[in-house]
Amino acid sequence: MEMNKYVNVPLDDEAAKELRAGDYVFLTGTIYTARDAAHKRMYEALSEGSNLPVSMENNVIYYMGPSPAREGRPIGSAGPTTASRMDKYAPSLLDLGLKGMIGKGKRSQEVKDAIVRNGAVYFAAVGGAGALLSKSILSSEVVAYDDLGTEAIRRLEVKNFPVIVVIDSEGNDLYMTAIEAYREEEA
Amino acid sequence: MRTVNVADITRNIKEMCIEANHFLTEDMKAALEKAAKEEKAPLGRQILEQLQDNLRIAGEDMIPICQDTGMAVIFLEIGQDVHLEGGSLEEAIHEGVRQGYVDGYLRKSVVRDPLDRVNTQDNTPAIIHYEIRTGSEVKITLAPKGFGSENMSRVFMLKPADGVEGVKSAVLTAVKDAGPNACPPMVVGVGIGGTFEKCALMAKHALTRPVNERSQIPYVRDLEEELLRKINCSGIGPGGLGGTTTALAVNIETYPTHIAGLPVAVNICCHVNRHAVRIL
Repeated sequence: MEMNKYVNVPLDDEAAKELRAGDYVFLTGTIYTARDAAHKRMYEALSEGSNLPVSMENNVIYYMGPSPAREGRPIGSAGPTTASRMDKYAPSLLDLGLKGMIGKGKRSQEVKDAIVRNGAVYFAAVGGAGALLSKSILSSEVVAYDDLGTEAIRRLEVKNFPVIVVIDSEGNDLYMTAIEAYREEEA
Repeated sequence: MRTVNVADITRNIKEMCIEANHFLTEDMKAALEKAAKEEKAPLGRQILEQLQDNLRIAGEDMIPICQDTGMAVIFLEIGQDVHLEGGSLEEAIHEGVRQGYVDGYLRKSVVRDPLDRVNTQDNTPAIIHYEIRTGSEVKITLAPKGFGSENMSRVFMLKPADGVEGVKSAVLTAVKDAGPNACPPMVVGVGIGGTFEKCALMAKHALTRPVNERSQIPYVRDLEEELLRKINCSGIGPGGLGGTTTALAVNIETYPTHIAGLPVAVNICCHVNRHAVRIL
């Protein structure tokens, strides 16, 4: 059943397990941004046996590279980017304790398997609503890979950040089920 | 002979980059408003209402509509009676993009090389398409293109025997494969005919046509309408989360082609189908 839920982040095991595909969720707390270039660097660090610049344990990564902030504002436009480009890297991070990912678009079977294996969640934020979503971000601070500009890893404090559960810890996928409900034969 | 200083082109392109990234054109706004009223899925309606809020906030607070402020695609139509002075036209265009993206707080999303991937820090270079026309006007069309939807675009080199059914199938395949990745509701630009590169260019250019304007060619207009109906029966819906609004428009351009070919390009754009047009 679809429900509105208010959830604190980082996300603990129990909270993640209670979320169901289709839930409308407002996240409050701390999340981290990372997109293509930061994932590539984290993946290379792991391959070399180095530590990651931020711990994955119970954390949520937002696939997002913001536009620059105007003076006096925490961030610019801040909507999700396509998640599938991170599919190559996500299973390793999930196995290290990553509990949630926020993006948009389909995920691979390998990512779904890693979500189920680790009791994690994949959320979608509304793509192309970066101005609206920026209003739920209270602060933003670059914490790693500063040289990557918009692709640096940022720590965000968010308040009631709106997302929808697309893949839950049991592997249910809203993208598959919701489309069926509205598919029709063309007259 | 009319003289135009390239500094005017720089200034206009700078302003257009900022304008297009904060304000949608009236036809796009109207199409999104209509969609929010007609969408059947409750979650779909909620998403479409959020997109309206997003547009309002973008304009009022000058926050880009989408953080992916795109790669700047420019169609420059130059009248053959125009003399351009004041330096390199090409450099003037890139300078306009540079100033627009740096001074306008727009995201720098361009890397200098597709494989070494170092950010150029000013969103240059732009992608420029020149056309020479008759007359003495300079028409600038600027379309910042986001890559969530660009990545889902396709070229199909069909056979003449595939015919119109092959074209429909190609467009529907591209849209269904794009699904939630392309930030639906989408605008679908289609190029049919020409050569490999010509059809892609037509598909891109088709996205700059107002979404409430149909093709002047009767069979193309019918095809646009039929494809839009079929796409909206796919169930993909706003955000790909189910619904009856998957696309706002299908815009098709055609061109003569070779006896052996039927090229079809599908350039998908998200609901942030941005463009600005100015005539100097």
